[in-house]
Amino acid sequence: MRASDLLHPRPEGLYCPAGDFFIDPVRPVARALITHGHADHARAGHQAVLATQETLDIMALRYGANFAASTQAARLGETTTLGGVRVSFHPAGHVLGSAQIAVEKNGLRIVASGDYKRRRDPTCRAFEPVACDVFITEATFALPVFRHPDDRGEIVRLIKSVAQFPERAHLVGAYSLGKAQRVIALLRAAGHDGPIHIHGALEKLCAYYESRGIALGPLAPATVDDGDPGRFAGKIVIGPPAAFAERWARRFPDPVSAFASGWMRIRQRAKQRGVELPLILSDHADWDELIDTIGETGASEVWVTHGREEALVRWCELNGIKARPLHLVGYEDEGD
Amino acid sequence: MDRFAELLDRLVLTPSRNAKLRLLVDYFSTTPDPDRGLALAALTGDLDIPGVKPAMLRGLIGERMDPVLFAYSYDYVGDLAETVSLVWPAPDEPPDGASPRLNEAVEALMAAGRVRGATVFAGLLDRLDASARFALIKLATGGLRIGVSARSAKQALAAMGGVDIAEIEELWHGLAPPYLGLFAWLEGRAERPPATAPALFKPVMLANPVGARDLETLEPGDYAAEWKWDGIRVQAASEQGRARLYSRTGDDISAAFPDIIDHLDFEATLDGELLVGRPDGETGSFSDLQQRLNRKTVSARTMETHPAFIRCYDLLRIEGESLRDKPFRERRKRLESFVGGLASPKFDLSPLVRFDNWSALDDLRRAPPHPVIEGVMLKRWDAAYVAGRPKGPWFKWKRDPFTVDTVLMYAQRGHGKRSSYYSDYTFGVWTGTPEAPELVPVGKAYFGFTDEELMQIDKFVRDNTVERYGPVRAVRAEPGHGLVLEIAFEGLNRSKRHRSGLAMRFPRISRLRWDKPAAEADRLENLQALLDR
Repeated sequence: MRASDLLHPRPEGLYCPAGDFFIDPVRPVARALITHGHADHARAGHQAVLATQETLDIMALRYGANFAASTQAARLGETTTLGGVRVSFHPAGHVLGSAQIAVEKNGLRIVASGDYKRRRDPTCRAFEPVACDVFITEATFALPVFRHPDDRGEIVRLIKSVAQFPERAHLVGAYSLGKAQRVIALLRAAGHDGPIHIHGALEKLCAYYESRGIALGPLAPATVDDGDPGRFAGKIVIGPPAAFAERWARRFPDPVSAFASGWMRIRQRAKQRGVELPLILSDHADWDELIDTIGETGASEVWVTHGREEALVRWCELNGIKARPLHLVGYEDEGD
Repeated sequence: MDRFAELLDRLVLTPSRNAKLRLLVDYFSTTPDPDRGLALAALTGDLDIPGVKPAMLRGLIGERMDPVLFAYSYDYVGDLAETVSLVWPAPDEPPDGASPRLNEAVEALMAAGRVRGATVFAGLLDRLDASARFALIKLATGGLRIGVSARSAKQALAAMGGVDIAEIEELWHGLAPPYLGLFAWLEGRAERPPATAPALFKPVMLANPVGARDLETLEPGDYAAEWKWDGIRVQAASEQGRARLYSRTGDDISAAFPDIIDHLDFEATLDGELLVGRPDGETGSFSDLQQRLNRKTVSARTMETHPAFIRCYDLLRIEGESLRDKPFRERRKRLESFVGGLASPKFDLSPLVRFDNWSALDDLRRAPPHPVIEGVMLKRWDAAYVAGRPKGPWFKWKRDPFTVDTVLMYAQRGHGKRSSYYSDYTFGVWTGTPEAPELVPVGKAYFGFTDEELMQIDKFVRDNTVERYGPVRAVRAEPGHGLVLEIAFEGLNRSKRHRSGLAMRFPRISRLRWDKPAAEADRLENLQALLDR
């Protein structure tokens, strides 16, 4: 069979006719397999959802317990059969619960990576390469300019800045699922053991991470607004990036605005957003890792989706690997 | 190199002046010699290393990666130096030695020469990380452009050593990278380096604005008055055959003014206003003067169409004798006879303004006799020439600013304390026909309002947004609906870069005109008339 008979894009998302399911559909469908809990991949309103337990839990936290009519937890590495299609979930290293989905029929195996990264992350299981014929890779940072630095070095810069400007609050923009908890865990690993203040939007997810055994240390709400300008001096406050442009942020004294994102590699991006302290921390694979991963899967064909498809397709062509962009719509980079 | 790279990365994104100073002080205090001195020279523009041209960069990267992938990358990033710093591939074999220090990198580039330049440069890039590669490329291609002036760097040195910036300015042009003696002095390990070179800069004396009640207690007879010319304040020094022209902040601008330097054939230091035109003819406007400013060199043609000259205010030194301790009365007398004795078309004397009382002078400063005058200066007859801005001996009394009623068009979020406020405003005036009026932007302002007014404008912006572009919002600005801002400014320059054809000097918001209908804001013709005066 042809690979495109096994999986192909439809307006709702990536569709498997034989198994009658979609992967990460952007519209409500009868059966959805979901790679991870970021809102552009995991949407409410499907009939049946198959995902890792963590992803199901995260969806319930975000959308309420009734986000789907029925749910089934997929265990990593175990195979389920749907209409003769063998389906298995494998760790993707992106955020807690994130998984690649392998789909196999008649000896043809396609792996949909979802979003993934290769760096060590204390808050989720590491990516495991899965041998396959067709690898569907994300391409968020698929340009040679994106080569993420060591995350520990980035955290050291944050800690150094706090010491350098002890009278100012450091506001770290970090997406609420994954990035925020990773920043906190990295701060803890670097020896920052005082309370870290978090925006209300992070509370449930941080508590959930804790319940899954990921220690985040003392967290305090960043909600107090008693007019005392000294309250947040020298403190690290973590919140969703959009919150720092809002009136909410006015309670902090002369804040240093930081942003933890792979996009911070590009100076103009930081400048445009008014970021004073860019922290290059990404939950996506960088250029080198995308290339290495393609090699490790042994795939003879690569489909490239959401991001800068053209550069990765070009690289595959130069290296004798068949590749094409897979035009899926509706995915943003919430995770970064 | 890594420390220097980190410093640059932070400086370029740090909006607050004080925060920049702290970053600089921390860097200078914790970085060893000679790296910190080389960094200082890079910041002040005193580091002269053989230039790397963009073509060489392109050539180097072309040998190392696929041109299509580079094109995608460059297209995305937009800046050649940054793109190359990011895409530079790790060398096949791990490089010898650790990441080079700034000192090592600079020495290698200096020693390389033209033939080996590219190889040496590539070898350095191989040993650096992305951030340090960017710093090295910026250093070698000239022009860090990180929003730090030479003066800020000197201010940081002053803060580091707990000395007055005037002391550093006075020494500066006698020092050379890597400034070992300077740092030793600032750290209390050595005596102050002697100011021995000839024609050094003498820190400038500055005036305070006349405050609301200042004049009540002052005696008109104690003060001389002279016109405040609208050029740039300069110091021309000539000693033992060395001639220099300095800006007010002590930057050496000699190279851009050979027409002045050629005439510094005396032994003296003059304080005056740099203007274009001729002492015996027309005095050009500030807009004309701008043709000569911020240039590294100047063409013969520009010197002909825009000749520079100095209108002299003060005499600081003559024939080896310092006059700075002498009262203004005596300095003025010596200045008059000195300038009178110069047979040069490049100098004239700024005339004194006679007045009997403050109200007579007030009339004069409101309506000066020449468009290139922006007010009057008051100088105590008995005051010495003191560096800095002492309160009392000198005052500036400017004519009232121009004002114009404009309509708010765009607002941008501020930085630091203002990052959650729309605090930077682009405003426009009407143009087009009365039936189809159109706003054209004429300037940007981000101060002049109170905190309370900021809250009000911020609310207006949020409530009237019609479009968003990243941190910028376009607001409703129609004849029937819009916020009128009264803008005060000091003058207008012609500008080819702006659609309106003009650029405001020192615009600030003077009043919020909530009462005024947007349709009644000024028209572009009103401003153009001012330009043609």
